[in-house]
Amino acid sequence: MKNHVKAVVNGEPVEFLCEGTDTLLDVLRNELHLTGTKEGCGSGDCGACSVMLNNRLVCSCLVFGSEVSGADIETIEGMSKDGELHPLQQKFLDNAALQCGICTPGFLVAAKALLDRQPNPSESEVRYWLAGNLCRCTGYDKIVQSVLDVAADMTTGERR
Amino acid sequence: MSEVKDYKWVGKRPVRPDGIDKVTGRANFSADFSLPGMLHGLILRSSYAHARILSMDFSKALAIPGVKAIISGTDMPLVAMEDAVIGGQPPNFRDLSANLLARDKVLYEGHAIAAVAATSLQIARQALDAIDIEFEVLPHVIDVQKAMEPDAPLLHENQFTQGIEPRPKIPSNIASRYEQVLGDTAAGFAAAEVTVSEEFTTQPVHQGYIELHSCTAQVSADGQAQIWCSSQGQFMIRAFCAHLLGMNISQIRVTPMEIGGGFGGKTTVYLEPLALLLAKKSGKPVKMQMSREEVFTSTGPASGSFISMKIGARKDGTITAAEGILCYQAGAFAGSPVRLGCMTAFAPYAIQNVKLIGYDVVVNRPKSAAYRAPGAPMAAFAAESLLDMLAIKLNMDPLELRLKNAAQMGTQAPYGPKFREIGYIETLRAAQQHPHYSAPLGPNQGRGVASGFWFNIGGQSSAAININEDGTAIVTTGNPDIGGSRASMAIMAAEVLGIDFDKVQPVIADTSSTAYSDLTGGSRVTFAVGMAVVEAARSVVAVLKQRAALLWEIPETEVSWSDGQASAVIKGHTSILSLADIAAQSANTGGPIAAQANINAQGAGPGFGTHICDVEVDPETGRVTVLRYTAIQDVGKAIHPAYVEGQLQGGAVQGIGWALNEEYLYDESGKMMNTGFLDYRMPVASDLPMIDTVLVEVANPRHPFGVRGVGEVPIIPPLGAVANAVARATGTRVFNLPISPPRLLAALNKKRGR
Repeated sequence: MKNHVKAVVNGEPVEFLCEGTDTLLDVLRNELHLTGTKEGCGSGDCGACSVMLNNRLVCSCLVFGSEVSGADIETIEGMSKDGELHPLQQKFLDNAALQCGICTPGFLVAAKALLDRQPNPSESEVRYWLAGNLCRCTGYDKIVQSVLDVAADMTTGERR
Repeated sequence: MSEVKDYKWVGKRPVRPDGIDKVTGRANFSADFSLPGMLHGLILRSSYAHARILSMDFSKALAIPGVKAIISGTDMPLVAMEDAVIGGQPPNFRDLSANLLARDKVLYEGHAIAAVAATSLQIARQALDAIDIEFEVLPHVIDVQKAMEPDAPLLHENQFTQGIEPRPKIPSNIASRYEQVLGDTAAGFAAAEVTVSEEFTTQPVHQGYIELHSCTAQVSADGQAQIWCSSQGQFMIRAFCAHLLGMNISQIRVTPMEIGGGFGGKTTVYLEPLALLLAKKSGKPVKMQMSREEVFTSTGPASGSFISMKIGARKDGTITAAEGILCYQAGAFAGSPVRLGCMTAFAPYAIQNVKLIGYDVVVNRPKSAAYRAPGAPMAAFAAESLLDMLAIKLNMDPLELRLKNAAQMGTQAPYGPKFREIGYIETLRAAQQHPHYSAPLGPNQGRGVASGFWFNIGGQSSAAININEDGTAIVTTGNPDIGGSRASMAIMAAEVLGIDFDKVQPVIADTSSTAYSDLTGGSRVTFAVGMAVVEAARSVVAVLKQRAALLWEIPETEVSWSDGQASAVIKGHTSILSLADIAAQSANTGGPIAAQANINAQGAGPGFGTHICDVEVDPETGRVTVLRYTAIQDVGKAIHPAYVEGQLQGGAVQGIGWALNEEYLYDESGKMMNTGFLDYRMPVASDLPMIDTVLVEVANPRHPFGVRGVGEVPIIPPLGAVANAVARATGTRVFNLPISPPRLLAALNKKRGR
């Protein structure tokens, strides 16, 4: 018997049926066709499937689809608003902070979660916050730099 | 010929054309593709390191409702001995076939035995559980030196060591012996005043791409097949599938999906032929995806190695001779890159006497696959460690020692050719001048340097440029964009055409929509495919000039081209037609404007890099922290410098992981114990500092913009640079990678007498 679940994804109400063993990642990708959230390990070690669940950063491969009844979920597809890229998305592009791009959605979701709670992080804070996201292409340099650049832009913006 | 000039686009850092899709989640990678009505395929894999398959029974599995097809080794056509190898080039298709689905023996834990297709993943899993197989478990061998012993468990009863005369009479796990000799090492060592020698080991490491292997295939009733998958070459997928399954190449169309990392590991097939067979057998599309555990146990890591090496030098630092024996683990089937290890180990140096012997050895591990500069990092680890030991022995600065022996234009490389224009010395000088090299060090800290060489390749490449009627351009190539190559192709096309980068749209086409191109690998795409793009763009410019001449009714020779426009002096006045003007009138001047270039690019410039690494060692735990890291490389000409820096940074960090953390751990029964990213510990952001880069540009004269390949060199120096830094921080040198905390702590304790 499949479970019937209602939730909100990127501000829109959704309904889906899922098996008890289906993860939120399975549901997002296979039922809701939101394939921007990626699978890299299925064990919560790579962060490619990072999403926001009720304002908490989670690996969607570690959450069951049946658990998210009534929840508010944000994925990479909801990050740009009204056709405007989020400053992190733009900075990743400007700084070439992606090579193959498979880890990028997870990094962006995780980095946004950091800046939402700590708008002015140190390099160490950025590195430890993002330690749950694996990137094999970039060596993290341009990713960390992009997050720091956006934080700097945001804090100067506030001071103005 | 290249020349120093101001370019409008080359050397700039525009946003990559595929960027928006990749930061918004819209880019479609392999697993993001689906077809209506498709089945889900899964693979049954061996849980034994070495066993004979006595019987297989699929009847219970096939009886499960929803199970549509099951295949095993007997469903794969047997590749005839004379068809095993094409043109002397790897792969060996008989081995590849037996690696895809085991025939009578399983040779490693994770070796595929059967594959099922079912209407859901759950049903496919049930089917795997319902397959009955009877095994006879055989003794196995994991370690390369043990595998070389005469009484070692034998993987292949019909494998006789190649490269030995006369041909051995008894089979062996040593697949081949390679010997490379330059000069007279006996005389070279006789002339030496100091020698250093040591034995080194390195462990297999996985390429670690974040994207899991995945593909979708369908076969029509008339036998026409389509595959959607990510790989390092859609034409490679097509050719391998056709050859393995006895199909015509024209029967298969491969559409490249975005690739989520490869690093050499996606230069072969694992799933695609199986998905094709299942699709054919079931009559429905089949999608397959590996788990991370399957990626670790069943796809190619880089070879582990045992290396014994020695160098001799005069007291002034001149190296007089080098020799060594390199033994590489091939995994379950022959084909480790030991030959490349021998060729590259001492290539940065002008040494007159070099003798290296390489052994390619099979063991009960997954078949090794290419990994960024295949074979070079482990050999360079040994060579660069010895150079550091020599520098310490001679009380010489390690960069000075390398400068004293550095290869330059005209140097005879140990592996054959004489170098043409190369920039190794320039990387050493840049290292000396970099502030990193003189930054102060604290207690328990040390600084290491090391260098690396990679050949780089050219190869068959194609590009098509179509000028649209509004003056924009489509650049079509056949190479997956693994790290920003669309941007490089668009930059080079914009530069030659003289139009804005934004007006160029790069497209990566499927195998039926563009001409053949070799796969994305060997650091070849920006160089070789870029050359094809430049040639096609130049042909387009020639057409545009011809069309302008027609419009002006003057001879073509009177038309010149610059900055995206044709100009000519007509009746004393300069007339101008922009590319867009000419494109708009193409119907009146002969039809669509387009050009195609198909080349076999020659003249890839060799690449050299020098890295500086500072570490701090915790003497109580053996933990190594990388404090500062600088990667310096001759890149010829950086087309998009940000992505070139990214190659250096990413390669350096992969090398740091190889040096410090990464290894395959096996239990007594030959099962891999660390099949997830938690236990197979790749570097994470908090392990690292910023990775500084210096792009040295010694132009490659055989590329229109001076490009050399850059992707592979940066993974070569880090193993030595990290090990040398640890040795200088602690006074204790570790010869066995990775320099993980327990291993280093044991070495420190031994020295402290604990």
